Amino acid sequence: MQFHLTPEQVSIQDAVRGTLADNWPMERLHQFADNDQDFDPQSWNALMELGLAGVLVPDSGMGLVEAALICEVAGEAAASGPLIAQLLTVGAVAASDNEDAKAFLEGLTAGTTVATLAIDSEFVQAASSAALFLARDEAGGLRLIEAGEGVTIEPVASTDRSRPVAKVSFGAVKSHVLFPAGHPMVDRIRDAALVLIAADALGGAQHCTDVSVGYAKERVQFDQPIGRFQGLKHQLAHMALDVEPARAFVWYAAYAWDAGLEDAPRAAAMAKAHLSEVYTRSTRAAIAAHGGIGYTWEYGLNYWFRRSVANRAWLGSPAEQRQRAAELAGW
Amino acid sequence: MDLSYGEDAERFRGEVRSFLKEAWQPGGARGAELAELIRAFRRRATDQGYLYRAIPRQYGGSQQPVDVVRAQVIREEFSKARAPMEVGGNGMSMLVPTLLERGTDEQKDLFLRKTIEGDYVWGQGYSEPGSGSDLASVRTRAELSPDGSKWIINGQKIWTSQGGYATHMFMLVRTEPDAPKHDGITYLLLDLNQPGVTRRPIRQMTGEGGRNTFYEFFFDNAETPVSLQVGERGKGWYVSRTTLKHERATIGSADGLGRQFSKLVELAQEMGRSKDPIVRDRLAQIEGAVMAHRYTSFRLFSCNAAGEDPGPVQLMMKLLLTETGHEIALLAQELIGEAGLTEPAGAGSGQTNMARGPNKWLDQIMGSLGNSIAGGASNIQRNIIGERGLGLPRDLALSAEK
Repeated sequence: MQFHLTPEQVSIQDAVRGTLADNWPMERLHQFADNDQDFDPQSWNALMELGLAGVLVPDSGMGLVEAALICEVAGEAAASGPLIAQLLTVGAVAASDNEDAKAFLEGLTAGTTVATLAIDSEFVQAASSAALFLARDEAGGLRLIEAGEGVTIEPVASTDRSRPVAKVSFGAVKSHVLFPAGHPMVDRIRDAALVLIAADALGGAQHCTDVSVGYAKERVQFDQPIGRFQGLKHQLAHMALDVEPARAFVWYAAYAWDAGLEDAPRAAAMAKAHLSEVYTRSTRAAIAAHGGIGYTWEYGLNYWFRRSVANRAWLGSPAEQRQRAAELAGW
Repeated sequence: MDLSYGEDAERFRGEVRSFLKEAWQPGGARGAELAELIRAFRRRATDQGYLYRAIPRQYGGSQQPVDVVRAQVIREEFSKARAPMEVGGNGMSMLVPTLLERGTDEQKDLFLRKTIEGDYVWGQGYSEPGSGSDLASVRTRAELSPDGSKWIINGQKIWTSQGGYATHMFMLVRTEPDAPKHDGITYLLLDLNQPGVTRRPIRQMTGEGGRNTFYEFFFDNAETPVSLQVGERGKGWYVSRTTLKHERATIGSADGLGRQFSKLVELAQEMGRSKDPIVRDRLAQIEGAVMAHRYTSFRLFSCNAAGEDPGPVQLMMKLLLTETGHEIALLAQELIGEAGLTEPAGAGSGQTNMARGPNKWLDQIMGSLGNSIAGGASNIQRNIIGERGLGLPRDLALSAEK
């Protein structure tokens, strides 16, 4: 029995965290948020140089648990780039039999070929920078669509400034079928996406809690650090109570997917619903705990708030996921 | 991540299973006959090394090396076979670990075996009408008799579980009224069957009263020999902090919440409400917290088995459990509707082994309130999470204390 992180898993998180600390500090996030780019090559390349994009390759010795641990840290840092899509696309292409698609595998695994997700939504991250789109076709199969001809990208003012989206539609495109409609991998990739969004939310909610606790120890009012006052202390305790027990829930959803457990699809839906709620509550609570400074653009909490808005809506809101979970449970 | 227990544990499970199949056959036994059967079974199970694993053989235990996975397998198999586990109550969970660590040889000889065999039932003498969350403010006094051989006790204790049939009490009393409050307390053991002790049941908001409820105790020159003082005089506060570390982590407590949630789903179905989208949504919301609690208990168990510190999350489990219990209560109240206008059969008797309708949920609806008070009130839990877990500065009123 092993249901806590191994030293290897901890070191994966440490490596990602260190890389993002060096390459994605708040100044960079501020700069990125105010320019018109939808992709930041420098931090992306640094992340990809860790060689972790292949965690979902079937014989990598890793799996969705490790992918979730990576996405959790990306969520903490509000990292830029379509990381969730990249990991899923590498996994989907590696598991597919399509040799044409497999030609992309080397570039995808190295991170030099960028993939993004275009499933169940016209809003797509890093749309103008991605070479490949992982999409569902009209029949319900999973396809890899090549950027360029037949792909229409309409810029929008993105709420999430860390992972800006554009509106994407597909016409006569060049594409490769990874899995036909009805193949179990089609749903499995969607389930994995739900777990990774939940993991990103977990990291974001943890960040909000950590920043709020740190601020409550430093900020002085009435001659006391405000964290001494029970009103705030109890709010912070509730933030931690929301986030920390949810961590093992995300682990379980990822583990169930890796192990192919029967309840994996439902665990993914439940984790996405629960963590989206936790993230929403945490960002709101963090701004409330900070007072005025939290409401400024400059302090930066808004990036996590905005990211929580995106995560919540992405691939189905919490209420929609709960509805699915209720059906899957046969209630 | 791997949730299987491993080959060794599964082999061991086979052994436990065959033992139970042969050794636990209660048949139709009732009353005194059943009690005798249980007693004999516990002895055999202890000889096998399945029960009382933390307790040395000389005191009636099985003295096994720490192995949380085996301990969990034992709990699972005993529960499946409906076989009796160890004697429960505060004696086992609180006094026994304290005596093992801090008791004298005489105290261990006198009490350990009789406690684990269920002959002695212990009441906890901590809370007082004026000392709840601020436990170190206890005012029940103990003074030495003129010859120095006995403690003479005066005062009142309250909220004692099993108080109706407790034979003994472990208690915190003030022995040094002039010392700082944490340093003026002594930990004593007391025979409750003596003229200086009066006990009275407390009727709870559920209506429950009688022998199975909480009791309060009045001490009017009650006596106990000085030899039944545990640890040094004036150090009782620190003695009371001793807790059971041996194989403490269990996955069972989370299953309790999971079982309660499954019953809530059944209630929604019974009441014809399970297709109502609002009810389905609230059920799934609650289940999110139930799952977080369940998988965190796996995490704690796994850390414990590996001898690693799981960190602050362990401080959160009680509050998460009680908060989720409130959510369950609120939805249950919605679901039972008018059935809640009448009290369930056996209300207030503590007897629930009879046919009961949906209004049986009133027990949980009211009982969930008790959970946010007993064993550390929720606001105290919030302080513990904030101060010990997140490292926030102590409350001003408390920061003067150590």
